[in-house]
Amino acid sequence: MSVVSSLGAQDPVPDLTPTPSAAGDVAGRQRSMARRMAEVFFENKLGVLGLGILVVLVLFCFLGPMFYHTDQIHTNIDSTTLTPGSPGYPLGTDQEGYDELGRLMVAGQSSLEVGIAAGLIASVVGTLYGAVSGYFGGWIDALLMRILDAAYSLPSIFVLLYLAATVGRSKFTLIMVIGLTLWLLLPRLVRGETLTLKTREYVQAVRVMGGGTNRIIYRHILPNAIGTIVVSVTFIIADAIFALSTLSFIGLGLESPQIDWGGMLNSGTSYVFDGYWWLVYPPGIAIILVIIAFNFIGDALRDAFETRLQKR
Amino acid sequence: MIAYIIRRLIQGVIVLFAVTIITFILQKLLPGDPAIDLLGAKANRVQIEQIDHLMGLDRPFWVQYWKWLDNLLHGNLGYSYKREQTVNSLLAVAMPRTLVLVGESTIIAVLLAIPMGIVQAVKRNTWFDYIATGVSFTLYATPVFFLGLVTLLIFSDDLNWFAPTAPSADGIAPYLTDWNAMFLPVITLALPSVASYSRYVRSSVLDQITQDYVRTAVAKGAKQRRVLYRHVLRNALMPMITLLGYALPALFGGALITEVVFNMPGLGLLYINSAEQDDYATMLGLTVLITIATILGSLIADLGYAAADPRVRLTDS
Repeated sequence: MSVVSSLGAQDPVPDLTPTPSAAGDVAGRQRSMARRMAEVFFENKLGVLGLGILVVLVLFCFLGPMFYHTDQIHTNIDSTTLTPGSPGYPLGTDQEGYDELGRLMVAGQSSLEVGIAAGLIASVVGTLYGAVSGYFGGWIDALLMRILDAAYSLPSIFVLLYLAATVGRSKFTLIMVIGLTLWLLLPRLVRGETLTLKTREYVQAVRVMGGGTNRIIYRHILPNAIGTIVVSVTFIIADAIFALSTLSFIGLGLESPQIDWGGMLNSGTSYVFDGYWWLVYPPGIAIILVIIAFNFIGDALRDAFETRLQKR
Repeated sequence: MIAYIIRRLIQGVIVLFAVTIITFILQKLLPGDPAIDLLGAKANRVQIEQIDHLMGLDRPFWVQYWKWLDNLLHGNLGYSYKREQTVNSLLAVAMPRTLVLVGESTIIAVLLAIPMGIVQAVKRNTWFDYIATGVSFTLYATPVFFLGLVTLLIFSDDLNWFAPTAPSADGIAPYLTDWNAMFLPVITLALPSVASYSRYVRSSVLDQITQDYVRTAVAKGAKQRRVLYRHVLRNALMPMITLLGYALPALFGGALITEVVFNMPGLGLLYINSAEQDDYATMLGLTVLITIATILGSLIADLGYAAADPRVRLTDS
């Protein structure tokens, strides 16, 4: 898939690629580059599918409650575990009388919010760590990489549980806990990019012209490593949603009345023994869909950024 | 080879040292006081100070660290004041069960994934390949706890083929013999590994098939079967050594969730129960143990791979 789509994008489309005649043309060139990347992205059918799934899920979770009103605050002991299709409850109700469809929407909001926020935190921390390590090299690099090795050896789920059990379980602390557990995935990638980028002629040229370290890292190295970073961010967000759902399933995630998709499965084993299948499948399938969506988007983005690199 | 082993060993020791420092600092940052655990919530200040002095908690940070490290090096993982038991004795009961779960599911995962990956590579872009890829992706995106619940719903609740919970008797024997009760936990833990290992085997075999030596073998008239078994697989399956060694953290993580779903009293359930009871000593001892296992796993994987493929020793520096 990726090979085909990136090959297709190399065929020049005349009106989209104005040859830059002077330095002033850079803006136009960038616009066409963005358009080309979008083209490559949308040629990837799985990427489009992933984006479609994500858009539908976001609309479902954030706009859904405006059209489908349910009470997700008060338990209702008169209408517990109604089967799907009961009047007024298309997906039935859970063991506390919450409407399952409405709960799926509200829980999805938390899953997406915490997942995306934690993913972004992990990315920023991981990127800076990797960039500093790769740029400075020497003993700083060696020290940072050994610390990373050590952190890698701590199994993430144990660290996650440990931190969630000790630091607390509000939305904010969970975002921090998950973010600071998942940052490990990026430094090696960014460090590798930085190591190759800093030996490029244009970076050396900036240094010769007197450009400082900050300028080189922020203006020249990070923008060129952005492809690697953005692609990883999508995968890290998927991991973060996964991590939150696992914490909540175990009972160390968001505290009531807040809920996420994993939390909806918190009493999963008792649902199973009582035969309440409609309480198990919807949140589980929602998690699978959102994880697959982010992974497909990430793959398509990788293709899109590869095209940009090929054109350079 | 000896130089390589020494270099990797030194790296492993440094990493292990760093991990003990990180975990010790984490422990010191935690809320809770062993003295209060011991004496109860109504303890007065003098009693607490007395206990702190007896346990050495009033000494400087590095003295405490050294004492803890000294205990650790003697195989003493700590004492749970909440449970009034040594962490070692807790682990001695729980660990064999988790090892059985992890071991059996790894064997099953490898036995399923290798043939599946090979067939996918040889018959690439056929319906079998597409279906297997789709299944792998879906399994890969499925949280272990959801997978466990689904297998319970289908195979235990609907079909009534297997017992819904893991063996609950004391000792290790039922975990080895009671297949009816162990089947669902083992399969639940094995399936995500099947997904990732088979992807790995598939791409590894595909990499090898395009190599020059394969073309040479085919050109000189070797049968396809012989090329596959004698040439391709030898090279393609060797990286599996590394993959298995580095899979330990994910496996322990998966085992933790599996044990919760099937109520199996192994390391994972012990960890979760400790988290719920604020029993940090047990959590910390367990974390250190799993970390040591992880470091050893990657070390053995690297050394095994270096033994199998001499090129690694020369390029890694």
